[in-house]
Amino acid sequence: MSCKQISLISNKHDATKVSLFKKMNRLTINFLIAPMLVLLTFMSVLTETQSPIAIPNRIISIVPAVTEILFAIGAGPQVVAVSSFDRTKEALSKPRVGGLLDPNIERVLALRPDLVILYESQVDQQIQLKRAEIPVLMYQHGGLSDVTPMIRKLGKQTGHIAQAQKVATQIERELENIRQRVKNLTPPRTLLVFGREPYAIKNVYASGGIGFLHDMLETAGGENVFGDLLREAAHPTSEMILAIEPEVIIELQVQGTTENQFSSETKAWNRFSTIPAVRSDRVHVLTGSELVIPGPRVAEVTRRLATLLHPKAF
Amino acid sequence: MLRVIHSIRLATKTRCLDFRWRFGLIQLTFGVLALTVCIVAPLVGPVPISFNAVFNSSLPFSDNVDAQIFFIARLPRVLAGALVGGALAAAGVVLQALLRNPLATPFTLGVSAGASLGAMLVLILGLPVPIIGIAAVPVASFVGSLGAVSIVYALARFRYQGLSTNVLLLAGVTLNSIFSAIILFVQYLADYTQSFQAIRWLMGNLDVSSYTPILYALPLLTIAFIAFASLPRSLNLLTLGPKSAAARGVNVLQTQRLAFFSASLATGAAVSLGGPIGFIGIIIPHVVRLLVGADHRIVLPAATLLGAAFLVACDVVARTFMSPMELPVGIITAMLGGPFFLWLLTRTR
Repeated sequence: MSCKQISLISNKHDATKVSLFKKMNRLTINFLIAPMLVLLTFMSVLTETQSPIAIPNRIISIVPAVTEILFAIGAGPQVVAVSSFDRTKEALSKPRVGGLLDPNIERVLALRPDLVILYESQVDQQIQLKRAEIPVLMYQHGGLSDVTPMIRKLGKQTGHIAQAQKVATQIERELENIRQRVKNLTPPRTLLVFGREPYAIKNVYASGGIGFLHDMLETAGGENVFGDLLREAAHPTSEMILAIEPEVIIELQVQGTTENQFSSETKAWNRFSTIPAVRSDRVHVLTGSELVIPGPRVAEVTRRLATLLHPKAF
Repeated sequence: MLRVIHSIRLATKTRCLDFRWRFGLIQLTFGVLALTVCIVAPLVGPVPISFNAVFNSSLPFSDNVDAQIFFIARLPRVLAGALVGGALAAAGVVLQALLRNPLATPFTLGVSAGASLGAMLVLILGLPVPIIGIAAVPVASFVGSLGAVSIVYALARFRYQGLSTNVLLLAGVTLNSIFSAIILFVQYLADYTQSFQAIRWLMGNLDVSSYTPILYALPLLTIAFIAFASLPRSLNLLTLGPKSAAARGVNVLQTQRLAFFSASLATGAAVSLGGPIGFIGIIIPHVVRLLVGADHRIVLPAATLLGAAFLVACDVVARTFMSPMELPVGIITAMLGGPFFLWLLTRTR
C-alpha cells in the first residue's frame, strides 16, 4: 500500500475535470498512505483462511464489520471479545482487545480463543497467534460486492451456513431492488464527505473512486464527483470543491451529534453559493456508526443514500 | 535579487550608502518580492478560471463560480499565507534575539504545542460547543497557546528578579514535551477518522475558505507587530547580553517581556490560522541575516516580508502540485527551503 500508481480515466462529464486529472496523471506517486488507513479500518474481506477442524466457540474479532456480521448470522454467543471500535449494543457487553493499531495480544491469549479475526496488515500478531497455535482469519478491505461473500464465508466458518445465506441473500436482494429503482434516473453528481473540521469547510475528506463508500453511492444512483480518482479518500481544497460543482453533498457523521444538531453545522457550506447542491438545498447529513462499516447494514445505508439522492423514487 | 541585496550590503560596508538608504533599498527589494508573489499567487491554481468572469460585475456573485473560486478559495489562502508567514518569521527573529540562541523558533517556548493541544481537544473530544458560529478549532488553538504562554512566563518569573531566558528556554522545551505527550494520548483515544483530522491539522493548512478567521487574527497580529516595531534597537543591544544592554540604557526586563509576549501573540495567532507550519520561523531569520547582516532594524521587517513571500509561494506549490490532492504546506516549506538554505550557507560564508 505504500506507493500506488494512480491511473486515470478521462472524464466524460466535465471539461475542467479532464484537464485536472490529466495533470495529475503526470505526478503519479502517491505517498499519503494516511487517508487510506482511515477506511482500512472499516473495510474488510476474507483473504486467507486456516480452516479449523471444529466449529469455533470462542471467537475474537478485531474488525468491527466482522463483529456485526457474526452477530447478524447468529454467531453472537460464540464471540468472546471484540475490538475497541465496536459500537453496536450487542458488542458493547463484550470485553475489548484493541483495534487495528493497538491489538492487545496478551488479552487475546488470556481469553483462550479458538478463532481470531485480524486485519491483513497485522502480520506480527498473526505470527504470534500462530505460534500459540490459535487459528487466525486474515482480512483485507474491499468493496461493496465483497460484503456478502464475506458473510457466507463467515457462516461456513462458524457453523451458521443457513442463516448467513439468508442474511447475504437479503442484502443482495435489497441492493438489487435499489439498483432497479434508480436504474432509469439521472444520477446526481455527488460529493460524499466523511470528515472535515467542525464549523468550517477545511480539511475535507471525501470518498474517492474505490472502496465500499463509493460503491454504495453508485448503487444508490449517485455519481461520485471523485469517481475517477483511484483511491479511497480524496482531500480536496475548497477551490476544487467549488470547481467540481456537486449537485448533492452528503456528509457522513459517524458519532457524536444527532442529525438535527449537525444540520446547523452544514450552514458552513452556505458561503459556497455557486455549488448547485448548496443552491438547491441539497446538503444532507447522515449519522450513525453503520455508515462506515461494510457489514450487514450496507443495504440499509445504501437505501438511506438512495432516498436522499432520489427522494421521489422512495 | 541576491545580487541586488549583496551589492547594497557591499555599498554600505564601503560607506557609499548611509543607513537610511540601505534600509530603504533592502526593504524595497523584499517588499517588491513579497508583493509580486502575493499578486501572482491567486492567479495560479489547480482549476483554470476565467479572469474576465471573476471581475464581471454584471454576474451576481452567488452565480459566479470563477469569482467564488478567486475570492473564497484563493484570496483568503494567499492572505492567510502572507500573514502566517510574516508573523512566524518575525516571531522567529525576535525570539532568537531574546533567547540569544540561533536555534530558537516561534515553537520553542511551547506556544505551538499549547495551540495544537487546544485544536486536538476540539477535533477529537468535540470540546467545547462552538461560540457564536465561529469555527471552534482556531479559537481553541489560540486559547491553548495563551495557556502555554502564561505557564512558561510564570515559571520564568518565579524566583527570579528579571526574566530568566534559561528558564524560559527550558520551561518551553519541557512544556512542548508534556503537551506533545498529552496530544499523543488524546489522539490514541480517538477514532481513525478523527486522529486523521488531527494529524492533518498538525501538518498545517492555509485553506481557510473564508475571511472570518483572518479578521479574527488580524487585530492580534497588528498588536504584535506594533510591539515588534519598538523592539529592534533594544534587541541589537540585548544580543550583547543583558548586563551590557542595561549598561547602555536598555530597560532589559521590559524589553524581554515585550519581546516574549509579542512574539507569542504573533505565533499563537499564526498557528490558530494556519496550524503549526514549521521551518519558516527558524530558517527565514537566518536567510535574511545571511543576506543583509545582523542589524535587527533591517532584519525584522525584511524577514517579515520574506516569510510572507516564502509561505505564499510554498502554498501555491502545495495546492497545485498534486491536485486534486493537496500537499500539506509544512512539507513544502522544509523540502524547498531546506536545500536553498544549505546552498546559501555554503555560498555566503
